Amino acid sequence: MKYLHLVIAALSRRKARTLFTLVSIVAAFLLFGLLNAVRVAFSGGSETLAGNERLVVASRFSIMTGLPQSLQARIAAIPGVEAVGHQNWFGGVYQDPKNFVLSFAVDQNYLDSNPEIVLTPEQRKAFADTRDGALVGKALAERYGWKVGQQVPLISQIFPRKDGDMTWPFTIVGIYDVAPDAPNGTDQMFFLHWKYFDEGNQYGQHEVGWYVVQLSDPAAADRVAQAIDALSANSDHETRTQTANAFNASFAKQLGNIGLIVSAIVAAVFFTLILLTGNTMAQAVRERIPELAVLKTLGFSSRSVLALVLAEAVLMLLVGGIIGMLLATAVVPALGKASGGMIQLPALGLRDWSEGLALMILIGFLVGVLPALRGMRLRIVDALAGR
Amino acid sequence: MATLVEIRNVSKVYERGRQKVEVLHHVNLDIAEGDFLALMGPSGSGKTTLLNLIGGLDSPTDGSITIGGQRIDRLGEGALAKWRAANVGFVFQFYNLLPILSAQKNVELPLLLTHLSAAQRRKNAAIALELVGLADRASHKPTELSGGQQQRVAIARAIVSDPRFLVCDEPTGDLDRQSAEDVLGLLQMLNRDHGKTLIMVTHDPRAAEHARHTLHLDKGTLVEEQGLGIRD
Ligand SMILES: Nc1ncnc2c1ncn2[C@@H]1O[C@H](COP(=O)(O)OP(=O)(O)OP(=O)(O)O)[C@@H](O)[C@H]1O
Ligand SMILES: [Mg+2]
Repeated sequence: MKYLHLVIAALSRRKARTLFTLVSIVAAFLLFGLLNAVRVAFSGGSETLAGNERLVVASRFSIMTGLPQSLQARIAAIPGVEAVGHQNWFGGVYQDPKNFVLSFAVDQNYLDSNPEIVLTPEQRKAFADTRDGALVGKALAERYGWKVGQQVPLISQIFPRKDGDMTWPFTIVGIYDVAPDAPNGTDQMFFLHWKYFDEGNQYGQHEVGWYVVQLSDPAAADRVAQAIDALSANSDHETRTQTANAFNASFAKQLGNIGLIVSAIVAAVFFTLILLTGNTMAQAVRERIPELAVLKTLGFSSRSVLALVLAEAVLMLLVGGIIGMLLATAVVPALGKASGGMIQLPALGLRDWSEGLALMILIGFLVGVLPALRGMRLRIVDALAGR
Repeated sequence: MATLVEIRNVSKVYERGRQKVEVLHHVNLDIAEGDFLALMGPSGSGKTTLLNLIGGLDSPTDGSITIGGQRIDRLGEGALAKWRAANVGFVFQFYNLLPILSAQKNVELPLLLTHLSAAQRRKNAAIALELVGLADRASHKPTELSGGQQQRVAIARAIVSDPRFLVCDEPTGDLDRQSAEDVLGLLQMLNRDHGKTLIMVTHDPRAAEHARHTLHLDKGTLVEEQGLGIRD
């Protein structure tokens, strides 16, 4: 610790160079923080306890392929099934395509078996009684200043109505709260009646997007899933049943292996950072060889010199890295807001920070070790004579 | 007086690729405790080499070096570093201060290797700076000081941990006449009033006059000894 001022002095020797290096480290770790959030968001990071007690039944072929509504009663008849609801992707936007709204057509069962969406009995009743009624999340309502009773038209990006019009009118009947452990973005959703949607749209009728099955016993998940898939085996609408958590993860997989892409970007960024910082460190130590020789002359051990140079590299990485990750922490929620709920990134957590800190120390060692060894091994008499 | 440095049959050979250059040939030399010895000789005669051996910065190829009863030619690198920290003060031609540290912090450097507290280190460094007449420049960086002042800071750094002896390699080689006189006066004072043993390499006969003895080195051999015990 009493050597700390020597480390800081070494770093402040060339302020511009240190600043430049620091900025690249900050940028790299800002990116690391952001991309890590993206990776977590796409790797089923929103795993919930409830997600393992629920099954999702979707078409085997694609999430966008619908299933017959007639399946609902047959699934409900399987032992171990508590309730079956269903959901369709509506793909709505509000006023402008960039105001994307996470909108789903659902049946009453779906809402009843979804503990993450907190409804009062009045809200539930109002929804049930209103054909064009919609339940909207608190955050979503706040964003557009929607009130209960208000008429809100959404434009579906996918489904035209019978007359070809893409605009669907709705009446807001309730603004819901979410459970504390609900996944990110649950308070950004818009629920409409499946009946209203099914009767009004120009395409297929009696089709649902996917079923959500509430289990009476989570341990029976595998058996129930097999029984559900057996219902449609060899039909033209074969199903694939998974827990909600697994479904979310495979949904993300269909968007490409984001995790892999993100990891590759992070690796490339850090590779560049190591080259850049390593070069800077090498240069900084080369310039200071006579000074390190003086320290050794005075009796500093070779190991102290090694430690001084390593500490210099690690300190630089830690300062830059922590600033970068703090910036990422600030930017992640801002990004969610700016994207209008389209991008929902989880906040940087303990795991991101420990990964980040480990990376900072590791990279510090990597870029510091060669110059440090050079400083450690220098021969005093040669260095003093400028050889 | 007791002998501090005993150099017996010391040779130093440098290897340049395949070529071997013997820079010192069977040197024998005794330096008494409390002496102020000037080492003169032409460029390339091996003065710095000999001084580095005495200061424990390098090891001889052959022969023995005993200082204060200890064979330093047998010490390993780590032990030698500890020995230097405890016994030797170094003064170089180009001062070799750390440019980013203040005079005060430069002088404190050797004390980082001791068990002294931060307050004690600060105090001892202040005393050393006071001794070389630069108490008012403690917070200055080396670039804000003249050559002579920088060399005096270097001397303060060399004496702050109270070593047994100082080795000075052309301490006035880069200074004007007046600054050189100041520095030499200071070294003389350290020898006379504080009993420090000094070994100084110099090209300048007027600098050598400040010493008690002068030795001449030529092509790696000590050629004559002059006992000019001035200012005793
Ligand atoms: N590490 C080394 N490798 C090879 N040769 C060396 C090395 N150190 C010194 N020499 C050679 O040894 C000889 C003596 O060098 P030294 O530095 O001791 O001379 P010096 O008397 O101090 O000279 P000057 O007055 O120029 O400082 C020189 O010829 C020098 O080139
Ligand atoms: Mg020399």
